[in-house]
Amino acid sequence: MDIHHKRRLLLAGAAAGGLAVATRLVLAQTPERVIKIVAKKFDFTPGEIRLKKNQPVTLEFTTLDVVMGFNLPDFAIRTDILPGATSRLRFTPDKSGEFPFHCDVFCGSGHESMTGTVIVT
Amino acid sequence: MKQAHAGAQAISRRSFLRLAGLGGAIYVSGLSGWSSAAALPGGANEDFFFIQLSDTHWGFEGAPNPDAHGTLQKAVAAVNSLEQVPDFIVFTGDLTHTTDDPQERRQRLREFKDIAAGLKVKNVHFMPGEHDASLDHGEAYQEFFGKTHYSFAHKGVNFIVIDNVSDPTGAIGETQLAWLADELRQLPPQARIVVFTHRPLFDLYPQWDWATRDGAKAVELLQAHANVTVFYGHIHQEHHHMTGHIAHHAAKSLIFPLPAPGSQPKRTPLPWDDAYPYRGLGYRQVAAEAAKPMDYQLTELPVLKG
Ligand SMILES: [Cu+2]
Repeated sequence: MDIHHKRRLLLAGAAAGGLAVATRLVLAQTPERVIKIVAKKFDFTPGEIRLKKNQPVTLEFTTLDVVMGFNLPDFAIRTDILPGATSRLRFTPDKSGEFPFHCDVFCGSGHESMTGTVIVT
Repeated sequence: MKQAHAGAQAISRRSFLRLAGLGGAIYVSGLSGWSSAAALPGGANEDFFFIQLSDTHWGFEGAPNPDAHGTLQKAVAAVNSLEQVPDFIVFTGDLTHTTDDPQERRQRLREFKDIAAGLKVKNVHFMPGEHDASLDHGEAYQEFFGKTHYSFAHKGVNFIVIDNVSDPTGAIGETQLAWLADELRQLPPQARIVVFTHRPLFDLYPQWDWATRDGAKAVELLQAHANVTVFYGHIHQEHHHMTGHIAHHAAKSLIFPLPAPGSQPKRTPLPWDDAYPYRGLGYRQVAAEAAKPMDYQLTELPVLKG
């Protein structure tokens, strides 16, 4: 049991070390993608976000007018978007296809049409 | 989540299809073998029926309904001409269409109220939809119609109106959930409970915002009761769904029909068809039988009489 325990610790340590090295390598070679999305009544720009499967990405949101929301239910992620602040969502799409997103904070006459699509290939 | 929903939908569709041949009437059955309603003390256990109208969107203009200024009045006339007088009428939200102008919002609520006053039945219950209330947290709505969540009893049935729209994030909120818990605490586990709400309390299709952010919390509170049915609006079409033993029934709209959940890329209104004016629009009669506590007979009725 003691040996097993030690071995587990050793393995965990090795994995952590390996991960750290890998992360450093990735950062050095290809900086993680950041996509800026600007919300304004009643539009997201870009309205079409193209992502690669299994590639982590950070979405960065700002709003030009009122409080908005960004909701991408197929990946169970959402954020509020507040005036004067930047909201960030980091995730790794694990499936490909077209997935609708929408503003989920009622923001005015036209709110219903504040939608877009994430396309994962 | 999507799969669980599809499964539940298939089950409810099967039980509904079995009964769909009855000329527009659908019998909704929940628990069977529960027969002590007649023995409940204090409840006047009589058969009765009420009318559900929804999503009138007064103030809307556009191609999806070229008679946007006349549809609500036609529905009022149709309800008034029912042979049997309903016990009461309920509007499940989106009385008016969104406007960013607070004065215009009040004007629309006023006009809607005037038209609804033409109903012969004066016992009418209102609640807001997100179009009425989300931009000002229900402020203008309350000036005309009072509280946005409340409860009332009718012939042994306890009706609870839940507001999931005055919060612009489409949530019920902790304060109201505490109120709901308190309301339910006062009712025996077998009490007959009917919930009215605007948005679905379950995740019908979150991709189109057809959900309530904290709706699961309300459903969880309601699950403790054996005898709960939910009637809601918002999705502009007839829809039936079970969460556990609780049946949820969405009503048609009186302005334009919306597509079936996920059936097209965007949640755009179904186009008006000149060959079939008012198609997909209508209201609903709900008959409650005292002898069958979980049975409600739903009859969908068209905007135009006959
Ligand atoms: Cu509506």
